[in-house]
Amino acid sequence: MIDFEMPEKIQQICTVIETVAVNMMRPVAREFDENEHEIPWDYINFMHTATRAMGGGGSTMAPGEKKTGPGIGYQRLAAMIEMLSWGDAGMYLVTPGGMLGSAAVQAAGTPEQKERFLARFNGEKPVFDAMCMTEPQAGSDTSAIRTTAVLDEKTKEWVLNGEKIFVTAGKKALIDSEGFVVIWATIDPKAGRAGMRSFVVEAGTPGCKVVKQEHKLGIRVSDTVSISLENCRVPFENILGSPEVEQKTTKGFKGAMATFDATRPLVAAQAIGLARATLELLREMLTEKGVEIRYGLPRQKMTSIERDFIDMEYMLRSAWLMVIKATWMADNGKPNALEASMSKVRAGDVVVKITQKAVEMMGPLGYSREYLLEKWFRDAKISDIYEGTGQINRLVVARQILGYRSGELR
Amino acid sequence: MYSFEPSDEQKMLVEAVSRYAAGDLRPAAHDAEEQGQLPPKLVSKGWEMGLLQASIPETWGGFGDRSAVTGVLAAEEMAHGDLAGTLAVMAPGLFVIPILLAGAEEQKEKYIPPVIQAGWRPYTAALIEPSFDFDPNDLKTVAEAKGIDFILTGAKTCVPFAADAEGMVIYAKLAGQTRGFIVPKGAAGLAVGEAREKWMGLNALPFYSLTLDGVKVPKEDLLPGEFAPVLDSKRVALAAMAVGVARAAFEYARDYAREREVFGVKVAQKQAIAFMLAEMVTEIEAARVTTWRAAWMIDQGKQEAGREAYLALTGAVDMVMMVTDRAVQILGGYGYIREYPVELWMRNGRGFSAFTGLAIV
Repeated sequence: MIDFEMPEKIQQICTVIETVAVNMMRPVAREFDENEHEIPWDYINFMHTATRAMGGGGSTMAPGEKKTGPGIGYQRLAAMIEMLSWGDAGMYLVTPGGMLGSAAVQAAGTPEQKERFLARFNGEKPVFDAMCMTEPQAGSDTSAIRTTAVLDEKTKEWVLNGEKIFVTAGKKALIDSEGFVVIWATIDPKAGRAGMRSFVVEAGTPGCKVVKQEHKLGIRVSDTVSISLENCRVPFENILGSPEVEQKTTKGFKGAMATFDATRPLVAAQAIGLARATLELLREMLTEKGVEIRYGLPRQKMTSIERDFIDMEYMLRSAWLMVIKATWMADNGKPNALEASMSKVRAGDVVVKITQKAVEMMGPLGYSREYLLEKWFRDAKISDIYEGTGQINRLVVARQILGYRSGELR
Repeated sequence: MYSFEPSDEQKMLVEAVSRYAAGDLRPAAHDAEEQGQLPPKLVSKGWEMGLLQASIPETWGGFGDRSAVTGVLAAEEMAHGDLAGTLAVMAPGLFVIPILLAGAEEQKEKYIPPVIQAGWRPYTAALIEPSFDFDPNDLKTVAEAKGIDFILTGAKTCVPFAADAEGMVIYAKLAGQTRGFIVPKGAAGLAVGEAREKWMGLNALPFYSLTLDGVKVPKEDLLPGEFAPVLDSKRVALAAMAVGVARAAFEYARDYAREREVFGVKVAQKQAIAFMLAEMVTEIEAARVTTWRAAWMIDQGKQEAGREAYLALTGAVDMVMMVTDRAVQILGGYGYIREYPVELWMRNGRGFSAFTGLAIV
């Protein structure tokens, strides 16, 4: 039965997060934007304590939880991320308790690996994790990854060598907390995608170093770093997935892609939260100036502001519904590669359009650092870039609808 | 709980509509458009599927309950076959559903059963007016109370089947509000335009203009209910049909692009084309989920249903133009030739910005 009622459990947690967003994120959002590389420990510690008190991290299931029938885990997570990003998209990215690294463990790990790597999120101190995919010469073309993983037969350890860039929260995962990063590497450089595997590298592992911290257009409170791997040794069991992953099939690569099916709608949810914040602030500012948005008029009778605003509202609404649908499919075990990528394409598009338009509509007020509109405009653009650029996601969507493999549509 | 899964009953219905749309409507669409006429048997067959009948309670001769969600599911599917055929099959709804939504008990008893218990007969409604700034909530056609009657004055356009209609609902402004009036065939002062109206698309349907020169409507034929729920249902119906038309155009362009060779590869293997298709399917999905939600809100009696229906249609109007235009573009020269269906979808696609009121679920 088609139903759009937000589950009560999700409503409840959203109400809680909204309070956090209003009281702990919005008041400091500007400060941490202006002081790049500062860490909002008050927020981080509060979120960690609160999450522990509620009995689980931000992942779709608490560690050890048994799955009984279709859940609402991804839907809940998307709603939480939307609300946190409504508070501040950058600060959402420094929320402890499981980001893309743990999503990879969640999606591709064995039960033992989940237990081993995810339990730390419920420990005494806040912990971070990160996903390391991109390399200087390999962005979306992940099959061009050059970081290598060689098995040392004597010690049964994987030896990792290479350089990773644009790692979100990499510093917090490796330096500021006892976290971990998930490294994508090849076990056979000649095998292309078939050689691709993911490895968990825990904080403090010798040979794994944070070597550079970037300065960015937006989401400045979130660290983006380069990581170098020099003869970095990890135990055999740190290769994500079942033991057969050693065989040279594309299973490892498909594991990464399965992770994206799960995480793309979540990144889209982040875009939606920011877009909603923008539209709400825009409406407030317009109302203050006595400009009311009238609904129900034919276009021919609207003001230009009304027309823009209503178009933006449609963009926001429809993109959010696409996110809900993609996560609902994930929760119900329906293959959602198409819907996940469509939601990411659209959310990335609309958050960029909405924030750009909002700054334009508010003129000098939009451009002023007195207001958050200009910050959100800068924060927004990342949504169209990471977790697959808008173009990569279009490619994924196109392959899905055309029934093409990657070789048939490059 | 969120769910995007139609009920089993809805799935069966959509399947039946899909068979009719693909097997009957689509094959007839081209000739109907060119000849300006739909085969009567085709319309009767669609009517006999019982979509409207199934949304009318037994009390008034139907066998179900109206659901806007079911309505939009069916509307998308049928319009995927052909828009003109869909509007024809569903035309009696233009008369019946406003009475169901805004009518008094006596009006429902009097007017609904004869329509839905019979075979397809032409019934219609007149909302659209010949003015660039036509606004369903600010009509230029006016109704004035005069004794125990209302007097309607004004002009309407784009009224399907008006010449033969056995009954119609005419909308007019009464005390600042849009209201519906039931007007029988041949009412005094009501003049149907002599010639059929000519439009860019939908040539398979007979459209007429109306002139209302002091049409007298007895008080008991004013629909006492508000216009808003009627308009909401019209908007989601149209939005769903826009999704159906867009889907038809998208699928045709996709299949063509997979077949057509260019520079040694299929044209779909070119990112310029593949990205267009990816954006088309994304926009279609966006409009569909927004329409579903608006329809769901109507069924749930949510207060914001009106705004959501408006948003859904606003989005769908842009979407269907974008998608149908790109379909023509992807077919290139073939897209411009009337032998192929995409140029008709593009003409119909542009029409959605003017069609408010032509359909209802």
